[in-house]
Amino acid sequence: MIAIIDYDAGNLTSVARAVTHLGFKCIVTNKKEEIDRAERIIFPGVGAAGSAMKSIKRLGLDKAIKESFSSEKPILGICLGTQVIMEYSEENDTKCLGIIGGKVLSFKFDEIRRNGLGLKIPHMGWNRIILQKKHFILSDLKEEDEFYFVHGYYPAPDDPAHLIGTTEYGISFPSVIGYKNILATQFHPEKSGRPGLSILKNFCIWKPC
Amino acid sequence: MLSKRIIPCLDVRDGKTTKGIKFKGNVDIGDPVEMARFYYESGADEIVFYDITASSEKRDIMIDVVRRVAETIFIPFSVGGGIRTLEDMRKVLLAGAEKVSVNSAAVRNPEIISKGAEAFGNQCIVLGMDVKYVGKSEKIPSGYEMVINGGRTFMGIDALKWAIEAEKLGAGEICLNSIDADGTCEGYELNLTSLISENVGIPVIASGGAGKPEHLYDVLTKGKADAALIASMVHYGTYSISGIKSYLDKSGVKVRKSW
Repeated sequence: MIAIIDYDAGNLTSVARAVTHLGFKCIVTNKKEEIDRAERIIFPGVGAAGSAMKSIKRLGLDKAIKESFSSEKPILGICLGTQVIMEYSEENDTKCLGIIGGKVLSFKFDEIRRNGLGLKIPHMGWNRIILQKKHFILSDLKEEDEFYFVHGYYPAPDDPAHLIGTTEYGISFPSVIGYKNILATQFHPEKSGRPGLSILKNFCIWKPC
Repeated sequence: MLSKRIIPCLDVRDGKTTKGIKFKGNVDIGDPVEMARFYYESGADEIVFYDITASSEKRDIMIDVVRRVAETIFIPFSVGGGIRTLEDMRKVLLAGAEKVSVNSAAVRNPEIISKGAEAFGNQCIVLGMDVKYVGKSEKIPSGYEMVINGGRTFMGIDALKWAIEAEKLGAGEICLNSIDADGTCEGYELNLTSLISENVGIPVIASGGAGKPEHLYDVLTKGKADAALIASMVHYGTYSISGIKSYLDKSGVKVRKSW
């Protein structure tokens, strides 16, 4: 059973539908017992870091997520879920879970616009992943595959060893990070067609060593 | 680099698509779920449903369509038409849509944008704008006026001013439809599109007037649009999404080529 963690951060049914479509069993839950029982954890979410961390603490999910990580269960972070596993987010000046060392930074208009392309924030739409490090979950990735992003902030891990993939949007930013039993994507695999579904499928069978 | 998005738009009435469509294979031409699947598999980057159901008691049919679409396709899709309240938004989003689009209701009651953005996030709220060129005047400095009720009611509101205000209120994206270009198949309204796109910081989807791939090239380059809405040019089988993308790719526009 895969537990999709519900902390009032947006519509989680799309993640559940994609996992079900792939033939795996999942529950959307905010109960610690159910998260503890699950074999794998998906930690999704859209919205703002400040209110997300408040809900996570109010529901006591910070403990459940940290314990899942220590117990070496496979964990997949998606979008806001990926940001709140970092130590700190510039969004709402928020202290986060600290599972991966580093900060969540905002796209700076000046930086983004330096190349004169008139890029917009949020970074919304389809973009590529440049693999920095091999990973089982990304083993089907082809260079021309694209993924759906919607975000104004991105995770910046301190340790370059935690960087798995990057994406170009005015700057090059970390779009896939992870280590040990956690992998986290800034894009939405559940909304990224075939290549996204392949990432979800690989997560559902991943055995971290 | 971010790809320019190509977005087919389906008009749905009482749970059926309204235009007769020539598809190859076994696609039921009236079924929006089958059409969504067809476009998903053909490389659409996103899909827009526009609910033109007239009677409110039949609106729940659309919610069922949204639920079935969400089980079938794994790319973003939005739903517009008749969205007036937070509750309307909630129903559509819970059924599985990524985004809701508000149009007439937002012009009459701009608060729906800020309330929607607060409840569901800016990225969920698309502002639909129907715009007509009326000539520059003191009241309409850009020359483009907001029109609602499917093009029948002129609101005396400048389109550029409204776009900037809607961004401040929390709209995450603008779907900009030119009443003058709509249905002509002679190309998008490039002046209008670049005017709005250059003056807001959120993505702009151009709508109205697409008849051939060159029109998409023009609006995604000169028109500065982030995405282009298409309808009859693909619904009638004249062009395929992959054909349009391959043309754009060869012309130097970055599009998603693998799906």
